[in-house]
Amino acid sequence: MKEKSKIEKETVKHIAKLARLALSEKEIEKYQKELSKILEYIEKLKEVDVSGVEPVFHPLKIKNVVREDAEVKRDIGEIKKIIELMPERKNGYLKVKKVL
Amino acid sequence: MKLENFTIERVREGLIKKEFSAQELTKLYLEKIEKEDKKIGAFLTLSPDLALQKAKEIDEMIFLNKKLPILAGVPCAIKDNILVEGVKCTAGSKILENYVAPYDATAVKKLKEAGAIILGKTNLDEFAMGSSTENSVFFSTKNPLDLERVPGGSSGGSAAAVCANFCVFALGSDTGGSVRQPASFCGIVGLKPTYGSVSRYGLIAFASSLDQIGPMTKNVKDCEIVFNVIKGKDEKDSTSVNPKSQIPNSKIEIKNLKIGVPKEYFVEGIEKEVKEKIEKAIKEYEKIGAKILEISLPHTPYALACYYIIAPSEASANLARYDGIKYGFSTMNNEQRAMSNLLEVYFQSRGKGFGKEVRRRIMLGTFSLSVGYYDAYYLRAARVRNLIIKDFEKAFEKVDLIFTPTSPTLPFKLGEKIDDPLKMYLSDIFTVSVNLAGLPAISIPVGKVKNLPVGLQIIGKPFEEEKIFEVAKIYELSTNNQ
Repeated sequence: MKEKSKIEKETVKHIAKLARLALSEKEIEKYQKELSKILEYIEKLKEVDVSGVEPVFHPLKIKNVVREDAEVKRDIGEIKKIIELMPERKNGYLKVKKVL
Repeated sequence: MKLENFTIERVREGLIKKEFSAQELTKLYLEKIEKEDKKIGAFLTLSPDLALQKAKEIDEMIFLNKKLPILAGVPCAIKDNILVEGVKCTAGSKILENYVAPYDATAVKKLKEAGAIILGKTNLDEFAMGSSTENSVFFSTKNPLDLERVPGGSSGGSAAAVCANFCVFALGSDTGGSVRQPASFCGIVGLKPTYGSVSRYGLIAFASSLDQIGPMTKNVKDCEIVFNVIKGKDEKDSTSVNPKSQIPNSKIEIKNLKIGVPKEYFVEGIEKEVKEKIEKAIKEYEKIGAKILEISLPHTPYALACYYIIAPSEASANLARYDGIKYGFSTMNNEQRAMSNLLEVYFQSRGKGFGKEVRRRIMLGTFSLSVGYYDAYYLRAARVRNLIIKDFEKAFEKVDLIFTPTSPTLPFKLGEKIDDPLKMYLSDIFTVSVNLAGLPAISIPVGKVKNLPVGLQIIGKPFEEEKIFEVAKIYELSTNNQ
């Protein structure tokens, strides 16, 4: 009997939606197979006893850094370049699709 | 002129003795790249105007007898996920195909201030995700030592450029081994600095708790010089740390040096010839008086699985910024625009703009972070990460440095692993733990098997790069004298 896939096709579709990725039906099937294989390997982590172990999200013991709440001078040239990189713009503003 | 022997010191000497001008040298390198890079594919973009302008400045300084900064006139290459103002920065992706960097990365700014000449931008796996440079959307880079084989990845273009003498040094980035593994495959030196040593400002983010920019060079001395130029606190990267935390290294006495060799790194999966070369290199250190101790890093078998949860999770969040709205590839202004809505712009721009592997990792990361799976995957991986860090802390109570192979295999053939993601991921098995723990590690060449190089990985305690350099130099010296 074929082993049940680690991840359902519907889950793949749901994840693609969360990730805002348009995938074809063929791609969804491909990712289902590939992700199942990868997740099977990752199952290994279940062997580790992690009871009482704190999770670590960062290798250094860092604390939050804040700057003075004051105006930051920006380089006009740099701002211009950033605006030029926008796919659609109008009068120096970023143009987006209708939201409402 | 034999560019093979050109190190930072040699360039400086040549400029000061007026054997050549900075402009002549720059032209020589650009011509060599023009002629020879067709068969290797190390570069994505060349920046001859920028390079020659900088070379002219250096020549003027020489003419005026000004004091030359440390990298004056030294030609270098930059991985194409690090921003150089006014030059395209693609990250090897269609989604940034036409993106021109509006500012310099801090590491690049520091190189420029030190007088370095930037020749161009090098190929990489898309968004630095890969171990062979085959995931670049543009083309694959070939290993200059054997054109049928990969140069490693993801900084494969930078490694190939240094190896083929297209530049004196290059910058790469390392998230799970992306500087060290290609350095190993191309027979050069590559350093992954301690997390926080080098500013990440202007490095296109992949996994922010793992990423570091690192130098790729022909020898250890050059690696040290470049590292000292690019390191340091930067107010634009709040995780960068003060250089004062760098631990200075009092003269190393080799007879007092304790080297740990973790038994978990010499098990199944490692190629016999690689193992032999590494053992021989360790013997060299033993011969000159170092103490070799077998150690254990018991959570090593889980490091790769841990990494392939954490890195894609962070990537899925970081890559959310590519939405087809602010910059980069967008389907917003195509003919269907009248029909499409905002959400459709996101879906289509990202679906078409990202390549196979990047989409795969975004999917994997999104899955690990999603409701119902977060605890079992992401959170569990974050706990295992703690255990991996503790393994190293415990080991470093007994030893000064840890020696392992950089890669379990010799450079593999193009196409050999590209269709099997898991097989490709296993290439990183000896390098990912270092990123999870934020430690510094270097890869140095320690011999060849049938013309293919083997790299030794030397791992140090946080901020002890200096000790790594000193000990790595000992190997270079002892083998050069043979």
